Formats: sequence, C-alpha cells, structure tokens
Amino acid sequence: MSTYILCLILFCIGLYCVLRKRNIIKIIIGLGIIEYAINLFFVLVGYRTHGRAPILAKDQVITNMVDPLPQALVLTSIVIGLAVTALIVAIAIRLYEKYGTFDITKIRRLKG
Amino acid sequence: MKMLPFFVIIPLGTAFLISLLGKKIRNFSDILANLGTLSLFLLSMYSITLVNAHKIVVYKVGGWIPPIGICMVLDGLTSFMLVTVNLVSFLVTVYSISYMQRYTDKYRFYTLFMLMLAGMNGIIVTGDLFNLFVFLEIAAIASYALVAFGTEAEELEASFKYAVMGTVASSFILLAIALLYSYTSTLNMADISLVLSEKGRGIIITFVAVLFLAGFGLKAALVPFHAWLPDAHPSAPAPISAMLSGVFIKTLGVYALCRVFFNILGISSKISFILVILGVISMIAGAFLAIAQADIKRMFAYSSISQIGYIIFALGIGTPLALLGGLFHLFNHSIFKSLLFLNSGAIEYSTETRNLKRLGGLNSRLPVTGYTSLLGALSISGVPPFAGFFSKLIIIIAAVQAGYFISAGIAILVSILTLAYYLKFQTYAFFGKPNEAWLKVKEVPLTMRLSMIVLAIICVIAGILLIPVLQPFLKNAVSVLLLGCGYKDVVFGALK
Amino acid sequence: MENNKETGMTLIVKTITRLTVGLILLYGIYIVLHGHISPGGGFAGGVIIALSFIHLMLAFGRDAALKKVSQAMASILESLGALMFLSIALLGFLGGHFFFNFFLQKGEPFDLFSAGIIPLCNIAISLKVGAGLFAIFVVLVLFKGLENKE
Repeated sequence: MSTYILCLILFCIGLYCVLRKRNIIKIIIGLGIIEYAINLFFVLVGYRTHGRAPILAKDQVITNMVDPLPQALVLTSIVIGLAVTALIVAIAIRLYEKYGTFDITKIRRLKG
Repeated sequence: MKMLPFFVIIPLGTAFLISLLGKKIRNFSDILANLGTLSLFLLSMYSITLVNAHKIVVYKVGGWIPPIGICMVLDGLTSFMLVTVNLVSFLVTVYSISYMQRYTDKYRFYTLFMLMLAGMNGIIVTGDLFNLFVFLEIAAIASYALVAFGTEAEELEASFKYAVMGTVASSFILLAIALLYSYTSTLNMADISLVLSEKGRGIIITFVAVLFLAGFGLKAALVPFHAWLPDAHPSAPAPISAMLSGVFIKTLGVYALCRVFFNILGISSKISFILVILGVISMIAGAFLAIAQADIKRMFAYSSISQIGYIIFALGIGTPLALLGGLFHLFNHSIFKSLLFLNSGAIEYSTETRNLKRLGGLNSRLPVTGYTSLLGALSISGVPPFAGFFSKLIIIIAAVQAGYFISAGIAILVSILTLAYYLKFQTYAFFGKPNEAWLKVKEVPLTMRLSMIVLAIICVIAGILLIPVLQPFLKNAVSVLLLGCGYKDVVFGALK
Repeated sequence: MENNKETGMTLIVKTITRLTVGLILLYGIYIVLHGHISPGGGFAGGVIIALSFIHLMLAFGRDAALKKVSQAMASILESLGALMFLSIALLGFLGGHFFFNFFLQKGEPFDLFSAGIIPLCNIAISLKVGAGLFAIFVVLVLFKGLENKE
C-alpha cells in the first residue's frame, strides 16, 4: 500500500513541476516525471506476494509469478511517452528560434 | 461482418504508403487520400445496414475469445459516430486538395491526417479499454503535430500549450485505467461491467469516475478544462480546424465519456448532475467569450465550447428524448461547424486576413462562400427550418419535461446570444459595400467550393429529413446509451 | 579547410567506438530475434539498433553516420516497417481473422523458430522503431548545426 502512495506522491511532484516552473525545459521534465510515475504505478499493480519474474525457461516448474499483463501494457505506454516527448522537444527548439527565450511567461502572443 | 478492422487498416495503410511514395510521384498523395476517405465513408454507410440487420456485431481480433483477446464492437452508437466522422473527413480531404497547396510538404500533411483518422476510427470501433487509450494517443499526437503544421510563431506556441495539457489529461486517463484494472483485473469493456455488477462499486470507483471525467473532459473542452481550445483551433490550417472542432473533440471527448460512463461504470444521479452543471457553465462561458472576438476562427472556437456544452447538458439530463436531442445536435454541430471553419479558410485563402474589422462586403466577390456561410450561421443559431433549430428544440423540450426549468431558460438565452454573434460575423464579413482592398479577390477553387456546397445542403435537409430518414438511425444510437449496464449482456450474447 | 567543431570526439572515444558499434548492432538484432523466448522484443531491440547508429554519430560527427544511413533512407525504412506489420496482419485475414496465424507452424516452445508470426512482427516493429528514433535524433541535431553556422 505504501508503494502506491509513494507513486501518487511522485505524480503530484511532476504535476507541480508542470504547473509552477517557468522554463520550458523544466515543464518537459515534469511531463517525463508524470509518465514515469504512472508507468511505475501500473507495473506495481501486478505484483503478487512471493512471485517471481514471469519468464519461462525449459524444465522449470512454476508455482507463482507476478502478473505479466501490466508489463506488456507499460511497454506500449513507454513508447507513447517517448513519441510525445520527442514531439514536444522539437516544438520547444523551434519556439526558441522564433521567440528567443525559454521563459513561458514571455511566450504569450495569443491573448483574449 | 468481417469489415470492422478495415476502418483502422485503410487509414493506416494509406498513411504509410503516402509517406513512402508521396514525394516521388506527383499527385499521388491527393488521389490516395481521397480514395481512402471515400472508401471509409462508403463502408460506414454499409455498417448502418449491418446494425439494422443484426443489432450488434462483435468481431474477435485474431480469433481469440474475449476477455483473453481484443474484440471490436459495432452497435448503434458506433455506426452513428462512424458515419459522422467519415463523412466530414471525406469532405475535408476534398477541400484540402486546393487549400494545402499554399503550404510546403503536402504529403506529410496527408500522412498525419490519415493517422489522426485511423486513431479516431479505432477509438469508435474498439471494445477494449487499453486499446481505446492507445488509439486516443495516436490521434492526439497526430493532432499536436497538425496544429503546428504552419510553423509560425503563434502556431508553435498554441501547439506547445495544447500538447502539454493533452499529455496531462492522457496521464489522468491512464491512471484511471490502472486503478480500474487493479479493482477488476480485466480490461475488456463488457467484462469490466460484469465484474462491477457482481462485486459492487467501492470507493475507488468514485475516484476512477472523477479521473475519467477530468481526462475526457479536457479532450472534449468542457469548461474548467477548455483553455487550450481557443489557442489551438485558430492556429491550425483551416481543414484541420474543421476536423478538430467538428469531429475530434466529439470522438475523443463526448463519445469516450458516453461509452465509459453509460456502459461501463453505470450512470448515477450524481454524475448526471455534474454533467448538467458542467454543460450549462460551458454554454454560458463559450457564448459570452465569443461575442468579444475580432478574429473569425477564435470566435468559432469559443462557439464550439458553447455547443459542446449543449451536448453534455443533454447527455446529463438522461431521458430518452434528451439523449436523442443531444446526439442529433452532435451530428448537426459536426456538419455546420466544419462548414463554418472551411468558410473561414476560404476567406483567408482569398483575402489573407482573418480580422473582422478589416473585412467587409465580400458577398459580391465571393458568392459561394457568402451564401454557404449564411446557411451555416443560421443553422447553428437555431433558426427554423434549418437543422440546428430542431436539435435545440428537442433539447429544450426535454429539459423542461425533466424539470430543469432554469437550465432550459439559460439554453434559450444562449441561443439568442449565438444568433447575435453570428449575425455580427455575417454583417462585418459579407454584407455591405466591399473595401477597396477587396475589389479584386477571386472566388476560391472548385474543390473548396464543392465541399462547402455539399455541407450546406446537408445543413438544410437534415432538419427536414429528421422524422423519415434520420430517426431510426438516431434511435439505434440512443438505445445503446439507454441500455446502460445491459451492454455486457448484449455483447456476451453476440459472442456465442 | 579544417573545421574543429565537426570532427567529433577525441581519439580514445573514436577507437573504442570502432570496436563496439558492430557489437551493439549485433546485440540489438539478438534481442529482436529472441523476443518470444526471453524478455525484449521489437521495441527494446529497435531502440538498441538505433543507439548503435547514434553512437556513431556522437563519436564521429554528423556526416559519418549520415553516410551509412541517410535521412531519406531512414524515412523509407520506417514506412517499410509499418507496411510490413500491416501486411502480416492482412495475411492473417486470408486465413479467417485479422492477425490470425495460419501459415507458420507453432513449433515447440523455447525454440527459435516457433511462436508463429510473433518473430516476424518483432522484426517489423524493430525496423520502424529503430529508423524512427534515428530520424528523430538526426532532425534534432540538425538544429544545432544550423545555430552554429549563424
């Protein structure tokens, strides 16, 4: 139970970083922390007490293993996070070329 | 029966073929993209006949039986959304043959567009919750790239803000799916509903419902979560604005919200009340903020927030008549909001500006654009006998019948406000005498005119065709929502 | 015309890179092919294959890596990977269902040639992920090159 609470605290730290930091790169790092926290939470959901890794090998008798389904789903989610991070970093580089600053309070041409 | 996966295969295959060969062969990307969307539209019309014959069709991917495998479900609500999405996307691809000539790298535009369409079709068709999340991410990432397509300074800023907010919303949705998996240990939609009905709802299901509401609510631009929409929709190229405002926020937001709340978690009176409150606030906020705008596309974006508020309000009321009105308004809004955004694109193509204070008297120079936009504006304001009047009438009657008198009054007031700002748009942009600057503008090319005329015709006849043609089509969709938790029995019944 | 900024890193790094880049590529291919027996599979193997080319680029400068796999080639490989995956799925259609496996034997567990279409899907995914990640890195490095010229 305590591991789940710690994952949610990590999620809140990432959310604080996205909301309050002014540098674009720090916002991107905050998004990364949010994604890590969610993936970690999902993998920990599949833990069973005294389970072993869900990998079979020849002539091995298996009694109990952890749940392998969240591990497969988290693999997909990590790749999705990679794609989003790559896109946002490319946009951030172009933003620096156009506006000349990384400060998000100064990038405010769209108003109203 | 076997054509359900083709809704995802055709756009995916088209996207990668265009990415491979689009630069080498001239006009290849145009032809292939239009063929793809035309075939998808014909397939979706065929799916209506399937639903009328069989009531529900379940397709097992790979032959694996759910809940071990993924299944694709075709029922009334699915076929309704498929027709809406594919009709609008076909007309938008026809429009963008001429419009996107002004941008560089047209084949990359088509690749991203078909990927977004594949994601949206996948969300509508799937019957598995994590599959819904993966397709949602595909569509969302493609849309972040499409909003930044012109790479001007303001477009990049809008795309960055949209991307950050969209990623936080997707992480809320993933957290909700993880919590739901830990409670029910299955991911298939019908199976989750079965386990919930046997096990009972715990406290964690309330938390999951709030997380889903926040996540999908941001994608649907409900009012506390709407701040990305007025920046993102005007900055995108005009066909993408039409797709985003017309079908994207409805598929990712409203359809996914319906599926999760009506069929999986089960709707309760608390959630309905929250939806009514959020809908009413969205209606008011969108309308008031739209009056003060000078940029055409920004005004249309705020108007989208207002109309989505109508749809969520109708879904929150929950009676069969209200659901019918809400879904009909969803279909109508896709048609006329896409028409209005395509019109704004045509104005921008001819006159290079979007500012209402500088436009004037374009009716004499751009007749097709002027008259179609007049039809669209009258329809969205609820003027009889166009389509928008009937859908708003049904929603207001249903609200009065259910006892929400104040909200019905607010809905009528917002409708009058909508008429006000659309008439302002028409007067400033089209009526009156033309400025000297605009005396030489020419009418837009043929493909753009064609899309706008077809959408305007649908605007006009959808209202008249409501009782004879559209009613069985809508009733199938409404009956799926009314089934509520009976969804699982229908799906498992169709599996045997 | 000597340009000190573009020739990459020091001599020690270049020597070690020449020795290890081929081994990294081989390791990536091993992880892809054994995806159904041991952990790994398409995604992880694709990332390691892309890393070998990125390692080349970091040590020797942009042009050395672009001579091996040019930007256009990476784009073509990426689309080919995705089309290969789709066609494997469509071939299953002929046998009954989407993604159905009817043309490869299932074999014994823990053999290399077993588990039906999963190894083929792994190869397609690794092509796409590897080429895609390399293309992303090339494009992001391109901006730094533009800034240095101003």
